[in-house]
Amino acid sequence: MTDFTRNEMMTIAAARALRNDDVCFVGIGAPSAACNLARLTHAPDITLIYESGTIATKPNVLPLSIGDGELCDTALTTVSVPEMFRYWLQGGRISVGFLGGAQIDRFANLNTTVVGDYHKPKVRLPGGGGAPEIATNCGETFIIMAMGKRAFMEKLPFITSMGHGPTGKEREQLKVRSKGPTRLITDLCIFEPDAETNEMTVTSIHPGATREEIIENCGWSPRFAANVVETPAPTAKELEVLRDIQARTKAAHGA
Amino acid sequence: MAKFLDLASAVSEMVHDGDTVAMEGFTHLIPFAAGHEVIRQKKRDLTLIRMTPDLIYDQLIGMGCAKKLVFSWGGNPGVGSTHRIRDAVENGWPNQLAIEEHSHAAMANAYEAGAANLPFAMLRGYIGVDLPKVNDRIKSITCPYTGERLATVPAIRPDVGIIHALRADREGNVLLEGITGCQKEVVLASKRTIVTVEEIVDNLNTTSPNSVVLPTWTIGAVVCVPGGAHPSYAHGYYKRDNSFYIAWDKISRDRETFLAWMEENVLKKGPDAFAVHAKGRAA
Repeated sequence: MTDFTRNEMMTIAAARALRNDDVCFVGIGAPSAACNLARLTHAPDITLIYESGTIATKPNVLPLSIGDGELCDTALTTVSVPEMFRYWLQGGRISVGFLGGAQIDRFANLNTTVVGDYHKPKVRLPGGGGAPEIATNCGETFIIMAMGKRAFMEKLPFITSMGHGPTGKEREQLKVRSKGPTRLITDLCIFEPDAETNEMTVTSIHPGATREEIIENCGWSPRFAANVVETPAPTAKELEVLRDIQARTKAAHGA
Repeated sequence: MAKFLDLASAVSEMVHDGDTVAMEGFTHLIPFAAGHEVIRQKKRDLTLIRMTPDLIYDQLIGMGCAKKLVFSWGGNPGVGSTHRIRDAVENGWPNQLAIEEHSHAAMANAYEAGAANLPFAMLRGYIGVDLPKVNDRIKSITCPYTGERLATVPAIRPDVGIIHALRADREGNVLLEGITGCQKEVVLASKRTIVTVEEIVDNLNTTSPNSVVLPTWTIGAVVCVPGGAHPSYAHGYYKRDNSFYIAWDKISRDRETFLAWMEENVLKKGPDAFAVHAKGRAA
């Protein structure tokens, strides 16, 4: 087996979740790396959309922001931001929304707004941006986040974007037709919602990770599916493509 | 017809203490030079509106220009926190800052409603989330045809809209291409407007008949400030200075370092300081 980091495994497992015919609304950071890895490996025809208005973009380096010039230069077309949110996202044209977050709970609700009381915050986070509407207007959502007790929380201080709701039943109650989070890809494992309760349940463990580690890095007591499989290790090709684009990105941003 | 002014005159004429001001530009074409002029003129008690209050609002808020921020995502994109905004919200430094927080979809719709002369915008949004619990400006309406509940937000009608465009012709018509964000909506929604541009030319040389062109009679003042969007970028002129966005994290983390940087690079400088960024950078 080739050596790989847990972060690489996470990005590669996330990329594999995407299909060649997906129209994907891409969040910045880890989602962007995963989506472009998918495009450069098994899903060359995937349509990547960033909220800055760029449709079917094919960046050669990963953007630092959602509006880098690279995205516009390599896009099929670029529309205004109101049009992006109205016609394309709300219009139901997006099959997958790919999000990251600061904190998550067992029903894959996300907090990127605040730690502590909203009006007297301990830590003020950036806020929701496009996520609240991405979470309900895309056909389904994938979430990518590294595990840890401060991120995987029993109870969120604030729900910035809805996963399956505080009890797992809210999508149905609120008549939201999209599927919500169908996959949560972490640095240790993959979670998928339980068919009955919608609780995010471990279905695949990455090579080198253990159940004990997953439990230790989760703020709630995580459920494991009846048949947990091992995530296939990254292939040499996947690692090569990912490392190449990351190296190009680092050189381009001149950090 | 737009007036051609220098930056100091445009800001002094258009922006007054207590105004609501929207400086837009979605990553691309952010009007940094104009923001710096607002800081130099020590405008106070502004309500600053912007979907993504990144470095430019970090600077304005850190220098004490704002009493309120209306926004939907406040961070340094791809880098982390906007430390000055956080310091204002968390610790009230340099002054208390009220916030009115939305989602991107809601703000984009609200600008559009402003441009369309409507009182509010509606969207299928804010479903199952906590923001409406802490922002009483978010309400809902029942569709008279289907009975569906839809979220509403008031239209944004700024006193002043400020944007940076690629170029203007000698009549004062201005051109935007590339990622155009919501700048057209901001200009059409605002009572007064300032547009800074990279250059003034005889012919706009649009690349398409559908390029975004704002006619001169929709604009208050046009100001030529080459490089005026730096460290953001101007499509076809210069690239986003990602290394500066990364460096800002360190500059802005500490109050003294921030104030020293602002003194050196903003208070002691003028709009001409931006010209260096328009040159020598590959487009």
